[in-house]
Amino acid sequence: MTAVAVPAQEEKTRRARIVASPGAWLVWGSVTFFFVMLAGVIGSVVVSSFGRRWFDTWLPESWTTQWYGQAWHEFTLLDVLIVTIEVSLLVVGISVLVGVPASYVLARRSFPGRRVLYLLFLLPILMPPITYGIPLATVLYKYGLAGHMTGVVLANLVPSIPFVILTMTPFIEQVDPAIERAARMCGARTWQVFLRILAPLLVPGILAASILVLVRTVGMFELTFLTAGPDSQTLVVALYYTMSAAGIRAQQSVDAMAVIYTSMMLVLLVIALRFVNPTQLVARVKEDPS
Amino acid sequence: MTALRHRLAERGIDRQLLLLVPALLCVLILFIYPFAYGLGLSFQPSQGGVFGAYREFFADAYQRDTIWTTLKLSLPAAFLNVAASVPIAYRMRGRFRGKRLLTVLLVVPITLGTVLTAEGLLNFLGPTGWLNRTLMSAGVIDEPVRLTNNYWGVFFSLVITGFPFAFLLILSYLSGIDPTLERAAATLGAGWWPRFHRITLPLLAPGLATTFCLTFVLAFSVFPSAVLVGDPAGTTRVISIAAYHAAYEAYDYPLASAIAVVMGVVELAVVAAVLGMRSLFYTGSTGGKG
Amino acid sequence: MSSFDTLRLDGVTRRFGGKDALSGLSLEIHKGEFIALLGPSGCGKSTALNCLAGLLPLSAGSIWQDDRRLDTLPPERRGFGMVFQSYALFPHLSVRKNIAFGLQMRHLPRAEVRRRTDEAIRLVRLDEHATKLPGQLSGGQQQRVAIARAVVLEPSLVLMDEPLSNLDAKLRLEMRTEIRRLHQSLGLTTVYVTHDQEEALSMADRLVVLRDGRVQQVGTPEELHTRPANRHVADFMGYRNLLPMRVTSVTREHVGVEGPGMTLTGTGVGDLFPGDEVVAAIRPEDLVVGEGGVPVTVEVVEYQGRELAVEARTDQGIMLHLRAAERPAPGDKVSVVADPARVLVFPGEPS
Repeated sequence: MTAVAVPAQEEKTRRARIVASPGAWLVWGSVTFFFVMLAGVIGSVVVSSFGRRWFDTWLPESWTTQWYGQAWHEFTLLDVLIVTIEVSLLVVGISVLVGVPASYVLARRSFPGRRVLYLLFLLPILMPPITYGIPLATVLYKYGLAGHMTGVVLANLVPSIPFVILTMTPFIEQVDPAIERAARMCGARTWQVFLRILAPLLVPGILAASILVLVRTVGMFELTFLTAGPDSQTLVVALYYTMSAAGIRAQQSVDAMAVIYTSMMLVLLVIALRFVNPTQLVARVKEDPS
Repeated sequence: MTALRHRLAERGIDRQLLLLVPALLCVLILFIYPFAYGLGLSFQPSQGGVFGAYREFFADAYQRDTIWTTLKLSLPAAFLNVAASVPIAYRMRGRFRGKRLLTVLLVVPITLGTVLTAEGLLNFLGPTGWLNRTLMSAGVIDEPVRLTNNYWGVFFSLVITGFPFAFLLILSYLSGIDPTLERAAATLGAGWWPRFHRITLPLLAPGLATTFCLTFVLAFSVFPSAVLVGDPAGTTRVISIAAYHAAYEAYDYPLASAIAVVMGVVELAVVAAVLGMRSLFYTGSTGGKG
Repeated sequence: MSSFDTLRLDGVTRRFGGKDALSGLSLEIHKGEFIALLGPSGCGKSTALNCLAGLLPLSAGSIWQDDRRLDTLPPERRGFGMVFQSYALFPHLSVRKNIAFGLQMRHLPRAEVRRRTDEAIRLVRLDEHATKLPGQLSGGQQQRVAIARAVVLEPSLVLMDEPLSNLDAKLRLEMRTEIRRLHQSLGLTTVYVTHDQEEALSMADRLVVLRDGRVQQVGTPEELHTRPANRHVADFMGYRNLLPMRVTSVTREHVGVEGPGMTLTGTGVGDLFPGDEVVAAIRPEDLVVGEGGVPVTVEVVEYQGRELAVEARTDQGIMLHLRAAERPAPGDKVSVVADPARVLVFPGEPS
């Protein structure tokens, strides 16, 4: 009986492996295809940004770095970078200060209306920025808050605070509530519990949330676009204006700016990946824990 | 006094909930209020009565069709991104060498930003780009294929930014499913296909729905790439372009608000439909961590 | 730290959403006592402990330390120490810093903090591990840190919430002795929550048995062991045979009861009259093989060291748990008897 069964089993697994392998080829093939396309897209921009003239040939005729210099001077890139950094840091700081306490309560406590509140915080992430960005910009302009940095920061807070809340919630849930109770039993007041016990334990989470918000704010186009004035454009928006005002600028110099932008994001990303799992970079929408 | 406090505390209401207040205020002032304001504005057009702005939008085919244009772009893009991610993520869910590198590489497109993607697509897929060049020298085509400044350009940009996003999310959902469940199914005599579609897929379904929604939201709010690599006056005139034009070129804020509201309603309708389907599936624990 | 004579719980009640998790717990704890709160999970013992600690507000009742009312104070101002089931060690602080934390919160001079921390570390014998992080310690060592952290404050009361339930059987026995030793050498008043009756009986001076949020019985281990107040306490104290029966005769000393296919003589608990529905409770070790008893058929035999645990069934299909010195074979027919003093007859409750 067993003597018959064993070869049959072997036969079956071998067949399974043969059937599965075209699937594997297909999967790895499409991944490779995706990366080849991606490399093409990135490569062509990088090559173009270093090319003197590139028209109807495989590669540019000669190489130069003049576009970078031009981008730096003509587009007042330094100012744009400073604005970008200022806006991002303000958004990160405020959204962490506001978001972390809120996520603590949402993660730890149950109270009437908790689910509604959770949904309310989820909504700004689920809605396309344009839908609330246009009315928000209108309101901000009405009160004279838009057109300069205040408006840009306020607008960017809308998705950032919920994002901090969503990112922090799992980190807070990981901390055993008994640890806080133990600290209280040792005589620690509420603020001491926060400062001496919770804060050190949440540092990785806060770092992760900050970097994610930073990446998202630097990359956020729509909200900044709708609320920024000429002096408060971040890099993405400045890039968009340069590119859509085609013909005025050399295309290569737009490419150079785009490369600068991407390198900046890449640096942020490499830092971010030291602290967080790649999956957290895209979104951390945890199912409502209750 | 203490009695009341006790009674409230029993229901989970106490001073700690005050920590929610800053975040709640931000969302109310910066999200709910502008949204309500915009909603109010949309019902006060300069002419045409309460529903004038909506009538104006739906009466004009040029405006009305933007809904369809947007859905035609975003639904297939979101679907492709999710559908392509599942088999790839399923194959990669185990541990293997280079997995971290691969996931990091997949995060790179998120840093590209709209402009570099757009520039890259214009360069790479353009009539004299590397792709057309390669295909022509390989003899596959005689004429350059037109892949930019039309539907396909925008579609590709949605795939490039959306696929890594969908893939990483699905990978994290898949690794949340306890692998012993499939092993258990195998010991009960299930082959790889029954294992996948009877065990893993039902457990993955809620994650798939969430991922689809988030990818769809990203694609639905497509704006910059529709302008830069698309045909913003024709085949890729998406609804956010219509809203932007109404607000910042025609200065018709009621119409712009009405379009934003329509956009939100359409998007939430799709999300609600997908999440509604999700509730037909099992939504409990997936037996794994996280 | 603060010295006191008695700690009084007066009708302590805690409701969760209209349901009483703990109702009307009244108890007087004397200085130096070791009290165990005992009961199955969900009986309200942890609720009681958390109310005492101040981690849960009371719905009604009060807690007094001599003449000082405690239940209105937040946990950090009650001056109690607590050992948690999960130990709840601060994962980012070393063993030494964990233990010193409470002393630092009290703003004691640095030299005193060091002296008392060292003392506590020595007390729980963790000298070599003082600089390690909790994650680097074994379960038993973490347990000791948790205990040291609680006792270093010399609290007026130490609360322990099932502290041994995460340890393996051997370590559990060791730590039981260790906790008892600490209690005796430091003379700390202790309230200890557990669901393990053997643990409670072996450690505590007095036990409080809880069921569904209500106190069933308060007494010394001997009292609970030999004279459980009702059939629930009996069930919890290891009276595995709970047989529904009917009273046939009542004498001054004994009660005669009969059930399907068996008659027994036992000791009544409370007022009983012929015809009453009752429950006869017998420990497996008090039910032995002997002549002229209830005829049963052996079904399962388990080896348990010095004796054998036997499950047998009467002709009417009632399952009995008993002990035997010699191994009977499944299927054997034997007869079992019990000493009337060891058969407790409780009034039957409509359940």
